[in-house]
Formats: sequence, C-alpha cells, structure tokens
Amino acid sequence: MQRFGSRLTGALGIALALAIWQGLVDGGLLSPFAAPPPSTIVASVPSLIVEEGVLAACLQTFGETFAAVALAAVAGIPLGWWLHHSRRAALAYESWVAAIAAAPLVLLYPLFLVMFGRSAGTIVAMGTVAALPPIALKTKEGLDGTRRALLDVGRSLRLTPRQQFIKIMLPAAAPVIGNGLRLGLIFALINVVGIEFLINFGGLGALIATLGERFELPTMFAAIGCVVLISVGFFVLTERLERWLRRG
Amino acid sequence: MVAPRLTRRLTPALALQIATLLCLWALWEGAAQSGLVWRGAVPSSVAVLRALGAMLASRAFYRDLGVTLGEVAAAVAIGGASGLVAGLVLGINRFLGRAFEPYLHYLAPTPKIVFLPVIMLLVGVGAGSKVALGALSGFFPMALSVAVGVREVNPVLLRVGRSFNLGPAQMLGKIYLPALTPTIIVGLRLSLGLALVGCLLAELNLSNAGLGFLAMQAYNQLDIPTTYAVLLVIFALAALANAVLGRLAHRSPAGRVRR
Repeated sequence: MQRFGSRLTGALGIALALAIWQGLVDGGLLSPFAAPPPSTIVASVPSLIVEEGVLAACLQTFGETFAAVALAAVAGIPLGWWLHHSRRAALAYESWVAAIAAAPLVLLYPLFLVMFGRSAGTIVAMGTVAALPPIALKTKEGLDGTRRALLDVGRSLRLTPRQQFIKIMLPAAAPVIGNGLRLGLIFALINVVGIEFLINFGGLGALIATLGERFELPTMFAAIGCVVLISVGFFVLTERLERWLRRG
Repeated sequence: MVAPRLTRRLTPALALQIATLLCLWALWEGAAQSGLVWRGAVPSSVAVLRALGAMLASRAFYRDLGVTLGEVAAAVAIGGASGLVAGLVLGINRFLGRAFEPYLHYLAPTPKIVFLPVIMLLVGVGAGSKVALGALSGFFPMALSVAVGVREVNPVLLRVGRSFNLGPAQMLGKIYLPALTPTIIVGLRLSLGLALVGCLLAELNLSNAGLGFLAMQAYNQLDIPTTYAVLLVIFALAALANAVLGRLAHRSPAGRVRR
C-alpha cells in the first residue's frame, strides 16, 4: 500500500510539473518559443509520426544500435574469454579495457568521421567501441566466477576443455555476460543517438537536429520525448531480461 | 645495481604492454607511410607530435583550455551540488526516494546531447549552454550515488546521532556527510567525467572558444594532426582528473578503513 502511495506521489509530481509548465506558458511567464506548452507538444505527435517519419527513424536507430552491439559481442566475448584464459593477458590488458570503458570515447567522433565519412559506418563504429569494453569485462567476470564445484563435476565426467566451456562455464556465466550485453546496449544507444545528432545523419538523433534547425519546436520536443521513452523502454526491458536470465 | 632493479620491475605483463604499444605504433606508422590509407585520416605520429608542440606553444591554446576548464568546473559545481542535495533528500526520505528515484534511474541513461537544442533556447548559445549540458550530465551520477550511499550509512551511527538528540542539520553535518565522504568522491569522479563529455560535446556542436571548438576548427580545416593533438590533450586531462579524484578517494578516512 505504501509502495502504491509513493508511486502515485511520483506520478502526481510529474503531472504537477507538467501542469506548472503549461500554466507558465499560458500565463505569459515562459515564452512558447523557448519551451512550447505540453498540450502543443502532445498535439504535434501525429505530425511527428505521419510527416516526420519517426517510426522509420526509430527503426534506423535500433538497427544501428543492434548492429553495434552484435559487432561488440562478436569481438568482446572472445576478448573476455581470452582475458579469463590467459593470466598474463589479463595482467597486461584488463586495465586497458577498463580505462577505455571509462574514457570519453564519444569525443573521438571527428576522427571516425575522417575514417568512415558521414555515414552509418561512423555511427555503428562509435557504438561498437562504446559497447565492447563492458561486454569484454563482464564476460571475464562471469567466467572467473564459475563455481569450483561445477568445474569439478565437469572434470569428474571427463569433459574436454571445449565441452567444459560450452556445457559448464558458458551457462554459468550467462547472467553476468547478459549484464555486460545490457550495459553494452545502453552505452551503444547513447552513442548512436548522440552521434546521429552531432553529424545530423541517421535516425532519431538526426531527426531532433533537423527539427531544431527548422525551429519546429513542439515536434522537436515530442521527438526528444520519444528518445527519452525509448531509453526508458530499453532500460526496463533489458533489466527484466537480466532478472529472467539470473532466475534461469 | 640498476639492471637487477629494472629486471625486477619489468614484469612479463609490463613487457607485453610495452611490446603491444610498440606494435601499435609501428602499425600506425606503417599505415601512414605506406600510402595504402589516406594520409589525412592516419597522419604520421611525427606530424601529430609536431602539431601538439605547436599547439602547446601557442597562446590561443591556453585561452581555449581556460574556457573549457572554467565551463567544466562550473558544470561540476552546479550538477554536483544539485545532485548531492537531490541524493540526500531522496536517500534520507524513503517515501520521496520510492516516489522519484525510479525516474532518476530511467533518465540517467538517456543521451543528454538531445537536450542541447532545448538548452540553447533557454540559455542561449554561449558558454551557458555548455555549462548547462555539462551540469545536466553530471547531476545524475552524483544524485544516484548519494541516494544509494545514504541508505548504506551504518545504522549504529544514526542511532548514536538520535540518542544525542541531534537536529536534522546536525545529523547532516556530523553523521551523514562524514559517512558519505567516499560516496561523494566517487559521485564527483563520475560527475566530472560526464560533465567533461557534456561540455566538450556542446563545444564540438556549436561554439567559438574551448578545446571542442579547437578540435572542430582543426577538423573543418582538414588539419587532422592538430585534431589528434587536441583529442590527446582532452584524454590526458580526463585521465589526470580521474587519477587525482581516485587518489583522493583512496586517501579519504573511509577509504583508509576499507583498505
């Protein structure tokens, strides 16, 4: 009951903030040219869908994000396995991968533009670079954390190293690798939308940049709301998927 | 005497790191000299070092460096302070925490750069928009770190505070803030990293001063060695700030206890 009350308070707080925003614009205290009122933004949603092709933009952003995560997984999971398998490699390179994960990689986009041009290649490459370190680090963490008892069971059944990896280590590490893929997906989405916006090419990010340049503010605010909703959707869906994997 | 000390320090892992760096450098230089890759995209390391030297010797660079450092400092101050207040409120008051913390969690991974057009409409295209985007980026890690940290404060400390009849301000100053020092430093570290990215992305997008402007100006003039040089400086600054805050976290009283 208390949880329901707090959730209701949260929703009412957001509704109150939107009502204050509407009131400030209607009362002339806030210019609609700086922040169009929520009612106008909601009214612009059909135009965002029909005229601006927001669904196609969403599909393009999703496509680039999933391509980036797929490439990062193809490189990151073997890299994580190598860091787990070779102690010397872990000592030499794990700190580098962690440093890359913490570095402001998105700032490298002018260099990627030079290499790949103003194309989807730049966007996917930037997303891949952002998603790779968490996937590699979490793969290593998951494989390192395989319970000794499980490995002993594998040995007692005389499994080959390959069978040991596929039948014991990989399933045991799946939840942690899933967490890495989730982080990779979020990092990739942030970078993909950011680069789309900065180079004005591609899906949702480019749509916001274009609408801003055309000064179509209500539609631009609606598109920003769309990005926020998609980020939240990604976050919640991947969180549930991870919980399901952990239960499994 | 020197040789054994060197051998002791040159571990296999370090040797591997040095060998990898040399290989990468040789590959880079090979690509730059071979003509197989466009030299504009992969300039020789000598050209990058020359551009770095010329940039460090020019007065304009320090003006731009000062602009960026000022913007980042203001962004961290605004975003960090507001994040600290929000985190304390949401952490101490469980009801408000349950009501509003999920929204912070949901908004934290949203790409903040998409808010730049809105920020520019509200505060203009000058340094204010860079500071605002940096502050927005730096707010979430601090707020979330502190909100989680407050709930992990040792309950014994809270009971001691209550048994001494401390008022809310005294509880905050004498119990919560000292106990939260390492959490605040971690939050500050994350906040600084994201504020730096926020400010520089805003500069790269539209500006007439700062390191982002310098990088974009060099890129637009196809002066790629200087673009690399500016990015090297930016990454070195980010690493330096991270290392300083990391050391500070390690030296904090709670950090020493953990060790």
